[in-house]
Amino acid sequence: MIHTTIGDIGHLFVIISFVTALISIFNFYKAEKSPLPEFQKGWLKNGQITFVLHGLAVFGIVTTLFTIISNHYYEYFYAWSHSSRALPVEYIISSFWEGQEGSFLLWTFWNVLLGFVILLTNKKWAPSVMVSFSVVQAFLASMILGVVIGDFKIGSSPFILLRDAMDAPIFNINPNYVPEDGTGLNPLLQNYWMVIHPPVLFLGYATTLIPFAYAIGGLWKKDFKGWVRPALPWALFSAAILGVGILMGGYWAYETLNFEGFWNWDPVENASLVPWLVLVASIHTMITYKKSETALKASIILVLSVFLMVLYATFMVRSGVLGETSVHSFTDLGLSGQLLLYLLSFLIISIVLAVVRWKHIPSTEKEVSTYSREFWIFMGATLLCLMGFQILLPTSIPVYNSIIQSFGGISNLAPPADQIEFYTKWQMWFAVGLAILSGTGQFFWWQKMKKSEVKESLLFPILITLLISALIIVLAGMSNIAYIILVIASVYTIVANAKIFFKIVKSNYKLSGGAIAHMGLGMMLLGILFSTGYSKTISLNKTGLLLTNSEEVEDNFNQENIPLFINDPQTMGEYTLTYRGRFYESHDGGYVKASYVEDTQDVNSKIVKREIKRDDEILKVGDTLKVYGANHYYKVDYLHADGDKFSLFPRAQINADMGGLISSPDIRRTLTKDLYTHVSSVPDPTQEIEWSEPKTMEVTFGEKFFLNDFVTVLEDVKRVEEIEGEKLKGDDLAVRATIKVYGDGEDYILNPYYLIRDNMAGRIPDENREIGVKINIENIKPESNTFTLSVRTTQKDYVILKALEKPLINLLWIGTFVLTFGFGMAIFRRYSEFYKMKRKGLE
Amino acid sequence: MKKSYIFGIIVIAAAIMMIVSTAGDASSYVTFNDAHDMAMDGNNTKIHVVGELKKSAEGEIIGLNPSDDKLSFTFLMVDENGIEQEVFYNEPMPADFKRSEQVVVIGSFQKETFVADKILMKCPSKYQEETVI
Repeated sequence: MIHTTIGDIGHLFVIISFVTALISIFNFYKAEKSPLPEFQKGWLKNGQITFVLHGLAVFGIVTTLFTIISNHYYEYFYAWSHSSRALPVEYIISSFWEGQEGSFLLWTFWNVLLGFVILLTNKKWAPSVMVSFSVVQAFLASMILGVVIGDFKIGSSPFILLRDAMDAPIFNINPNYVPEDGTGLNPLLQNYWMVIHPPVLFLGYATTLIPFAYAIGGLWKKDFKGWVRPALPWALFSAAILGVGILMGGYWAYETLNFEGFWNWDPVENASLVPWLVLVASIHTMITYKKSETALKASIILVLSVFLMVLYATFMVRSGVLGETSVHSFTDLGLSGQLLLYLLSFLIISIVLAVVRWKHIPSTEKEVSTYSREFWIFMGATLLCLMGFQILLPTSIPVYNSIIQSFGGISNLAPPADQIEFYTKWQMWFAVGLAILSGTGQFFWWQKMKKSEVKESLLFPILITLLISALIIVLAGMSNIAYIILVIASVYTIVANAKIFFKIVKSNYKLSGGAIAHMGLGMMLLGILFSTGYSKTISLNKTGLLLTNSEEVEDNFNQENIPLFINDPQTMGEYTLTYRGRFYESHDGGYVKASYVEDTQDVNSKIVKREIKRDDEILKVGDTLKVYGANHYYKVDYLHADGDKFSLFPRAQINADMGGLISSPDIRRTLTKDLYTHVSSVPDPTQEIEWSEPKTMEVTFGEKFFLNDFVTVLEDVKRVEEIEGEKLKGDDLAVRATIKVYGDGEDYILNPYYLIRDNMAGRIPDENREIGVKINIENIKPESNTFTLSVRTTQKDYVILKALEKPLINLLWIGTFVLTFGFGMAIFRRYSEFYKMKRKGLE
Repeated sequence: MKKSYIFGIIVIAAAIMMIVSTAGDASSYVTFNDAHDMAMDGNNTKIHVVGELKKSAEGEIIGLNPSDDKLSFTFLMVDENGIEQEVFYNEPMPADFKRSEQVVVIGSFQKETFVADKILMKCPSKYQEETVI
């Protein structure tokens, strides 16, 4: 049966939310523009009512879509393409925002909540701010409107039925066909970060609207100064949330997605970083303005740009323009026109409003002294903007191409071939500048210094810095001048800010947010420098030298992967590595060796083939075990030269839909460095094996022989009454051989059967993929007590492994926490300022 | 001259440098013939070539050659102009490689072999399902 009603309800909610957003624009506009205070109140009341209605409609959409997904209504395209029955609850939730429509909804949802907060906390600015909010909400609602007028499509509805979305032949036969199961959440995204990262990131995006709306309101009302105070705590909040969201994405990439690092300079990643950089710049100019009435114009321009950058990022990521230059942009839903309209509307509104009001914006003509705090902060803000600009230029290359092509030109511009090298060569020096400015700037900020005092107060931190840096440089054995400079600059900002922190915290701890945040920045820079600049591939292959079949390639390529055969120890730097086989993770925790269990129809349930001893229980032969069947773990034992022993379980997912092997690392974390390992290639466990031609050999009890290079013994042959749980019938006769294969550190038992039924010989072979052996009892000669075995072999189990060392990466994560904590302190301080003014009735 | 002017000039100069650097370091999409000509002229800049794996009439991939230790491989690729070329990649073969319907290789020619530093693959069903059953 098809549930059409719920989709209709959902669609109705979408239309209501769109219409109420439009009415809200009008109401709030009137509330701002009406000449008489009573009218203003009345219109504001209307606006509040329509916006609350809008909010309820949005909650309605969210609830409806979630009901469809969680009840597995696969007649709906969205549920079918993003969810499936086997998904646990947390991934059902995250399948909600896997698609474009759902992520637009997430954004809309945050905007509604933020809009409510604005309506509750700020009466004076509510009308003008809410106009911007309502316009944004109308645009976002239009993205999921799903209305088709002729050839013209407005929005893509998440409530579309599968039969309307797809032209499959089954619907001609049975229009009421409902697929049994959905196609599921992309396995790469089945990770707890998918539950938490998108909501945080979208909250970050959503909050950039607030400072923007205040700035627009300020320009519109000609209250050029007043908007800064309420906007500042929100800008800080936004920077904290967006920053955490971006770093979460980086941590996710590092920990599971196997990008070998936390930042890949992918266009989608860049598109989120640029607004953040500009946002942080705008915070600095706003703070300067609050202190000394300068940089108001700069603040307005920057605050406006942040939101425009977010819209530009949205356009790039969602319009399909990035195409093959990014690994994680959304699929094109044909919304590029609408997205462009959204971007251009706000761009034009901002430019027009700023230009019209420009002359009226107060500015100071006084020349800024090099010894003033404004100078240093302004330099810092400029540097942040330049950083953003440098990232934006190459990231936009696909956009240039499509602009040129839309005018009929041909452009074959591609992003730089080595992105990391390209960005690093600029961003590293920006980082140096940032560290120096944030250290020195803080000194000028907290103490008005005359020329003569500068030397005096900076001397002490500089000495300490040089001392600590020298220690680091010597200990790490650094020789790269550029890296040394970055270390000195980063240590300088930590030391300088620490000094300021200790000074401020004594008088008023509330003011220490800035110092803390800048110390966090310094730590992050050190973490980034060491974990990337001194990242070292330690899995260098020294086994063989046959590198390529092509004789044309003359260079001696350095192999960065090593092959590991089962139970065959290999040295890798200071470690000895032994591959111990493929494992599954069971539902009740713990790993289970794949060769000890047998597959069933259901990938997630296995039958125990060989007794498994665990800490608290013993799994008996024939027990059913629930495992995560899509994840294969490859156990690698590590033995360090100093005796340290541990095992890592890098993961691979074999998924035909996703096109094969998806590898995730396992990381050995220590305080000073991470050992990061992942498999680069493994034999596909789902594929049929090619066995060699059978070879026969005659053996007796206790005789040692070689099987695929393993020492093997025929231990005994026993008569049995049942075969694999099935009782023998009548005159049937069966024997089971026990053959022991001595692997290194592990013995394998193989049990082939020989059966006589109705005077016919039957043979049941046994195989073990790990050692690549398949044995059959070919014949039994009772007179000589010998057995003829037929043996087939194949490639022993192996993995190709890559291992990297990432020194001091923990500094990056710790620095992030410190930075965020600093933001938190600053939000607290700025909000209490605003709150005090509000209490006095001034806001 | 006012300090803010000097400051403005420095910022503009930096911006221009960035534009020049982007234009200079930007790679380009070319064909194997162009890439080969570039290498012959001693120009070793890394470029992008878009194409497909060479397939037989039955749709079998031909010319795929993993090294004995499986740590690198070579393959035959046909670019958009139909030119066939051997490409060497110094990494184990990505598992989804054989399924890719489009390949972008980034690298340059070394003598007669194209050496890829990076391979981007476009797989048919990576992000969007095409059909219900």
